[in-house]
Amino acid sequence: MDVLLLSRLQFAMATMFHFIFVPLTLGLSVLVAIMETKYVRTGDETYKRMTQFWGKLFVINFVLGVVTGITLEFQFGTNWSKYSEYVGDIFGSLLAIEATVAFFLESTFLGAWIFGWKKLSPKFHAVCIWIVAIASNLSALWIILANGWMQHPVGYIMRNGRAELNSFTDVITNGFAWQQFLHNGFGSFIVGGFFVMGVSAYHLLRKNEIELFTKSFKLGLYFSLIFSFAVALQGHAHAQEVSHNQPEKLAAMEALWETHEDGAPMALFLVPDEKNETNSVEIMRIPGALSFLAFNSFSAPVKGLKEWPKEDRPPVTLTFLSFRAMVGLGTLFILLSLWAWKSRNNLTENKLLLTVLMFTVPLPYVSMWAGWIVAEVGRQPWIVYGLMKTSDAVSPIATSQVAFSFFALTFLYSVLGLAEIFLITKFALKGPEKA
Amino acid sequence: MLETIWFLLWGVLWAVYFMLDGYDLGLGSMIPFLAKSETDRQIIYKSMGPFWDGNEVWLIAAGGVTFAAFPKAYAVMFSGLYTALMLLLIALILRGVAFEFRGQLESKLWRKFWDTLAIIGSFVPALLLGVAFANIFQGIPIDAEGVFHGNLFTLLNAYGIGGGILFVLLFANHGCLWLAARTEGELNVRAGNMSSIIWPVLVAVYVAFLALSAVYTKLLSNYLQNPALLLILIIPIFSLVAMRSMISARKWWKAWTLSAALILTTTMFGIIGLFPALLPSSLNPAFSVTTMNGSSSQMTLKIMLCVALVMVPIVIIYQAWLHKKFATKITEENLADHHGY
Repeated sequence: MDVLLLSRLQFAMATMFHFIFVPLTLGLSVLVAIMETKYVRTGDETYKRMTQFWGKLFVINFVLGVVTGITLEFQFGTNWSKYSEYVGDIFGSLLAIEATVAFFLESTFLGAWIFGWKKLSPKFHAVCIWIVAIASNLSALWIILANGWMQHPVGYIMRNGRAELNSFTDVITNGFAWQQFLHNGFGSFIVGGFFVMGVSAYHLLRKNEIELFTKSFKLGLYFSLIFSFAVALQGHAHAQEVSHNQPEKLAAMEALWETHEDGAPMALFLVPDEKNETNSVEIMRIPGALSFLAFNSFSAPVKGLKEWPKEDRPPVTLTFLSFRAMVGLGTLFILLSLWAWKSRNNLTENKLLLTVLMFTVPLPYVSMWAGWIVAEVGRQPWIVYGLMKTSDAVSPIATSQVAFSFFALTFLYSVLGLAEIFLITKFALKGPEKA
Repeated sequence: MLETIWFLLWGVLWAVYFMLDGYDLGLGSMIPFLAKSETDRQIIYKSMGPFWDGNEVWLIAAGGVTFAAFPKAYAVMFSGLYTALMLLLIALILRGVAFEFRGQLESKLWRKFWDTLAIIGSFVPALLLGVAFANIFQGIPIDAEGVFHGNLFTLLNAYGIGGGILFVLLFANHGCLWLAARTEGELNVRAGNMSSIIWPVLVAVYVAFLALSAVYTKLLSNYLQNPALLLILIIPIFSLVAMRSMISARKWWKAWTLSAALILTTTMFGIIGLFPALLPSSLNPAFSVTTMNGSSSQMTLKIMLCVALVMVPIVIIYQAWLHKKFATKITEENLADHHGY
């Protein structure tokens, strides 16, 4: 193994671990903020207990998101120093702005919220969790503006052998990045919604705290329903933008090998065969369907993977499968949300629905991961699309150093992940403190 | 001009980080000497609870600003100090998780496990940050391409270790004073006594480190060229001396404030001595990453300056509010409160 491969593995591992916690932070913070607002407005103690119960789970989840995020920021310098030098002008400033405008707010007011139940007025206490929720999502915006720049670089000029900032406005109004931000945000709200529905389902099945968990369930349900539709509609627009800006990613997402000048088909089921540059199985080809989905016209030309030399193509099978997983799960979330909506008024009688939802909790996470694999693996071999290859970005350091840190971090994250799952499960199943 | 402003801001961000995280890192590493019972430990964790996370964000901001304003320095610094930085990150991860997790279960073994990690996770960053900054002051073996020629043990030289010890002591004292200010009774007495034990050692190490700096580094050359700058040293030396009488007078907040000033100005003293280099090369001064050859474009520096001038004061205001509102004496009532750690 060389430094490049180890650094990529380490980055993938660290990002994906970080990304177990981030989506729930983004979604659940807003849900907890809504619960506490309801408490402040109605004075209903049930909402206070809801806030405290879900808030505890939120806090246990939050801390691992924070500490693993610090590793990511510094990994650009440690493992990708050539990249850092090349794009620090733009990418670095977005990260720095994230820390100053969002991360400080998040951390400071979360501290005030956790320790402020007796020190702050109920109204101001609720304001604190809103600040945390808004700042967390604002944090995601700046990070994704940075990632969006890697996907679709804008507002720069090549000078002194690096990408220098030319228009800050272009960088922060990058349409590609905003699409990514919305897609990620809607997805995170689905994670939050299904998490709340799933844990509530467990307690409703046991007829535990029926009032509290019915209220929680419904709140989670509104979120899941609204955002599973929103993410699908917006996802379509996002995919069209990918088609225009990153044609090789589109070809990999669909395992399209040949260029089709007058309309590309889409198969409902296919198995890519990367070695022989073809698909070994293709069933139910719908002519022109891909062209229509990607470019709104059945006869629009679509480039196949063979347009690009082998070394410039993204890994096909992984991108293809991840895209299928994301879209398939997205469809499932819509169906499950509709089912839950239909049964919302007699939940406790609906044992099958509750059981299914209980086991569905991990699926939105899987779809978030799959989405990021499409975005990141689908962009390879570029680290900055069209500008810099990942292989040119890596630090000139010794393999042994990266091997050490990779194994140390993997071990550490595994232990922490287990402790985290143990704690979250324990408190989720224990239920709220008695009134 | 912009580069120079950013160099100073860069230094200030690191200095503020040391000043703030310093007290919770220091207190964390002093837990074995200060806590005699589970109640003591709970008080210690509660005294850091609302703050440590917000304090640590200054590290992220300092790192982010290094990346944004001086990308070359960021790239060379963190790839060069690779293993040291990874150890620092691992320690900080363990520490944050330990703070949050230890109180979640009643089990003795569980708490002992996370306590150990919290202590290691507090001590190691203090030590490594000191080692890293001393090495930066001294110069590190980087070539013309910014490639680091050395390893973790290159950094563990006499001067580097001296810096590590100095940081550990500065932070430990800072943490003891924080605890003394926040507590009453036995824990207050113990923290105060510990601080008066650390003080003479700190003075000795401080003076020795200054002397070693004259031998091992070029930090003093800026001061010899502009002797007026040496007046800056008055602040840390005054703080160090005045702290002693505040400890004797048991005026804990005053002593803590002096300790904060000491850490802030000591760091700035080093940073100013470093100028214009961010990372001096010990192989050849021409290979150094400097304020001029390592900075971002004028446009980035300008935009970042606007963001910093607007946001940093706001951050200071709400973090000051947090400290004012929450850094009160810890009472029995606080302990009965089940929210928080």
